[in-house]
Amino acid sequence: MKSSVIIFPGSNCDRDMSVALTKFGFKNKMVWHNDNDLPESDLVVLPGGFSYGDYLRCGSIAGKSKIIDSVVKFAKSGGLVLGICNGFQILTETGLLPGVLQQNKYLKFICKNVFIKVNNKESKYFKNINKNILELHIAHNEGNFFCTNNELKSIEDNNQIAVSYCDEKGISNKESNPNGAIKNIAGILNKEKNILGMMPHPERMIDKYLSGEDGSIFFQNLIGNLK
Amino acid sequence: MKIKIIVTLKNGVLDPQGKAIQQTLNGMGFDNIEEVRQGKYFDVEINEKDEKKAKIKADEMCKKLLANLVIEDYKII
Repeated sequence: MKSSVIIFPGSNCDRDMSVALTKFGFKNKMVWHNDNDLPESDLVVLPGGFSYGDYLRCGSIAGKSKIIDSVVKFAKSGGLVLGICNGFQILTETGLLPGVLQQNKYLKFICKNVFIKVNNKESKYFKNINKNILELHIAHNEGNFFCTNNELKSIEDNNQIAVSYCDEKGISNKESNPNGAIKNIAGILNKEKNILGMMPHPERMIDKYLSGEDGSIFFQNLIGNLK
Repeated sequence: MKIKIIVTLKNGVLDPQGKAIQQTLNGMGFDNIEEVRQGKYFDVEINEKDEKKAKIKADEMCKKLLANLVIEDYKII
C-alpha cells in the first residue's frame, strides 16, 4: 500500500505520521506543498502542525497550496484522504469536509490524552476495528468543531460523525468535551466516507512504552481494510 | 486604489475572545458594556482605478480566502 504525506511550511507531525505509516506497512512518500502532482497513492495524509503559522485562519492558506488541486481531484475520485489536526482544519477550509474548527471554548491550547468513541464503521478507516473507545492524544488551540444547524442535520442524516469525545466508559457529555465542539465531534467523514478529518493524533500513540497503542490499532485496521 | 475589508463573526457564532475582552472591560470598570465581538480588518492596495471593478475583485477575494462564510460575514468599504 502506498501513502503520501503532504508537507506544508509549518507542518510538524509529518515525520511522526511517516514513521507510523511505515511501521504498519505503508510505502510512504513525502510530498512538498508546492508540487503539482501526487505520486500514485492509496492514502493521502494532511498532517498536523501549524501550516503558515495559522495565519488568517488555521489551514486557510495551506488550503490554497498548489498540491491541493491534486488532493481535491484524488479525493473526488474516491481516493482516501486523511487529515489530522491541522490537516482536518485544511480539509474544512478546502470545502472537502463541512464545518469549521474554531478556537477552543475556554481559549486554552489543550495538550492531553482523550478518549474517543467510534460512531461510524462504514468507512475504510474504522471498518472492522476491534475497539470502540480509543485513547488518543490531542494538541490544539482550534479544535472546537462548529457548523450551521442545516449542516449538522445533513452530517447526522448521512452518518458522517466518525468519532466523538467521550470518557473512559464511552459517555459523551459536557465533561468529556475538551474544546466545546458541537455534539462532542472529534472527527467527521464526507458523505462518501473516503475523506476523514479528526483532531486526535493516532500517529502519537503507536509505542507501548511511550504512549499506549490505540493509534496502532487505527493504522493496523486501516491497512487491513485496504489490502 | 485602497480597499478596506472588515470580516466579522456571524451573529450567533460563539466568540470566546470577544467574550474574554468584554469581561475584562467589565472588570476594569466599563460595566455598561454588554457585548464585544472581535473581527479582522484588511487594507488591500489594488492596482485598479475603476472602483466598481476593484470592489468586484475584493468580493471575490473575500469569498475565496479572506472570510470563511460558514462563520463569518464581510463588508467592503
